[in-house]
Amino acid sequence: MDVKEALKIFALNHGDDALVLSHRITEWCGHGPELEEDIALSNVGLDLLGQAQSLLNYAGELGGEGKNADDLAYRRREREFTSLLLVEQPNGNYANTIARQFFYDTFHYYFLQGLKNSQDEFLKGFAEKSIKEVAYHLRHSSKWVIIFGDGTDESHQKIQEAVEQIWKYTGEMFEVSEAYSTLQKANILPNLDEVKSNYQTKISEVLAEAKLKIPEGTFMSTGGRNGIHTENLGYMLTEMQYLVRTYPDANWD
Amino acid sequence: MSQNEKTNWPLWEVFIQSKPGLSHKHVGSIHAADAQSAIENARDVYTRRSEGTSIWVVPANAISASSPDDEGEFFEPANDKVYRHPTFYNIPKGVKYL
Amino acid sequence: MDENILLENFQKKVDAEIKVEPKDWMPEKYRKTLIRQISQHAHSEVVGMLPEANWLTRAPSLRRKMILLAKIQDEAGHGLYLYSSAETLGADRQDLIEELLSGKAKYSSIFNYPTLTWADIGAVGWLVDGAAIMNQVMLTRASYGPYARAMVRICKEESFHQRQGFEIVANLANGTPEQKEMAQDALNRWWWPSLMMFGPTDDNSPNSALSMKWKIKRKSNDELRQDFIDRTVQQAEAIGLTVPDKDLKWNEEKGHYDFGTINWDEFFEVIKGNGPCNQERLSARQEAYNKGSWVREAAKAYAAKKQVSKAA
Repeated sequence: MDVKEALKIFALNHGDDALVLSHRITEWCGHGPELEEDIALSNVGLDLLGQAQSLLNYAGELGGEGKNADDLAYRRREREFTSLLLVEQPNGNYANTIARQFFYDTFHYYFLQGLKNSQDEFLKGFAEKSIKEVAYHLRHSSKWVIIFGDGTDESHQKIQEAVEQIWKYTGEMFEVSEAYSTLQKANILPNLDEVKSNYQTKISEVLAEAKLKIPEGTFMSTGGRNGIHTENLGYMLTEMQYLVRTYPDANWD
Repeated sequence: MSQNEKTNWPLWEVFIQSKPGLSHKHVGSIHAADAQSAIENARDVYTRRSEGTSIWVVPANAISASSPDDEGEFFEPANDKVYRHPTFYNIPKGVKYL
Repeated sequence: MDENILLENFQKKVDAEIKVEPKDWMPEKYRKTLIRQISQHAHSEVVGMLPEANWLTRAPSLRRKMILLAKIQDEAGHGLYLYSSAETLGADRQDLIEELLSGKAKYSSIFNYPTLTWADIGAVGWLVDGAAIMNQVMLTRASYGPYARAMVRICKEESFHQRQGFEIVANLANGTPEQKEMAQDALNRWWWPSLMMFGPTDDNSPNSALSMKWKIKRKSNDELRQDFIDRTVQQAEAIGLTVPDKDLKWNEEKGHYDFGTINWDEFFEVIKGNGPCNQERLSARQEAYNKGSWVREAAKAYAAKKQVSKAA
């Protein structure tokens, strides 16, 4: 696989992650557990939307068909989306949302840290900007994991269940695809083993401080990067793409 | 009240320094369970448009305020001490940057 | 000191445009009026997030989605600034919110109307925020310091809200025939409720006189409404939309538009709880509050544990 094709796939993969997760976050807007928290979560959503836009525009440029981020977000079908299964999982209760966010943020943070050394100028710049945002996301979600774990009996139970439920979707982040290994060889993407080892250290620390058990399950679901999703994604896209699909010739800016 | 005690996060007063070199200025308040969260909430609520470089939060119940009835003895002595204000001093014409 | 003398001094101070601050003496009715008004305003910001969030997951481009999310987030922030200034008067946010959830406290009736199409998001920004801004600009000069200061902050942030709304409507009005129809339909449905936002006519607004005397308000409902109409009609014309009022006509002599009769029966029905979405809005807030209670409790419990371990 050539580097350009691999880059396009990578930009789509991570752009889709940010897009899908930001969409889930917007579903909380106006319904958060406290006003202050509603605002904090919206900040995370805004950062991710901005990142999705950059990466999808980049994917569009590399694709050479004149597509921009909106074309890719609003005019692809469910099987064409390459986001992780993790990020499309429904919001559930606030513990489910926080657990999903925590695992993603931890991965995202250490991944971007590696990406800052990328040989690709765009990705390097992207990582330098985004890591500041994601450092804050991680601080926010890990704080809540600890609060829930070490808060009340009810919150402890809820976050423990949430961690158990989402666990099987956390393996996919570390899969090395053909595109990924092409880019890693070209020093464009970080070594995923290193990212994973930082990730595991952080997860263990936070879960220990939260007095939570690390799930023992080893089975990991996979498929998102190949467009094989859970049933959740189709509904999300139905909603997200409704206007663009209903009025295909209209311009919405 | 007991209901409030149970779920209401305490109130924190928020002070923001808009630029290095300036003093922190009171901007309002927020609710948060602890000081760290209070700082984070204040950042999200009061500096969404990069209005600040530094944030202080203080538990609202830890602030004691002067009472307006004391206004006379509290503030009037300072009103007399005009030498504390730069406009008290005559500067020769042509002298700048003072 | 004698209550009458205090009252007289208070009025002198207000007349001299000196701001009233939290620990100053103030008439009990001034304090109560402010708590009621500020908390209603705060509730309106928070409930007002809902009709807009209704289209957040269906926003038709990434840019629109970001703008809308940032705008709704601002509204949450504005709600917080306002609760914060109500708390300087000795109110407790929790109590105020419980009054909202029990249906005892009011919020702006406009948010009981549904956002049925994407054009409604434009109309809400253009008309609803536009009407709100008229009121808010006036309130930056309110006699109560913390309220006025919150309003200054809000007005600064609010300026982009109305623009983004107008931009949405203008783009639709210049778009495909279907988009233009969508824009006109939104204007048709939001025009009259927006005019109602200024409240009953002056001769039917019993609390206004005192609020004006105490300089909480500085313009009457009818004056603000007229200003709004005069500005907005021209904006509608500029983008080729028609204001749905056959009696609307420029009155050269007055220098204002004459306009048709507002359906006040509808206004009072919506206030009473019979608007299209009153129940939905309230139950959405109740649900958020109830589902959030274990979260808030967890944070409190955790903070308490940390306090103990720090002390030990």
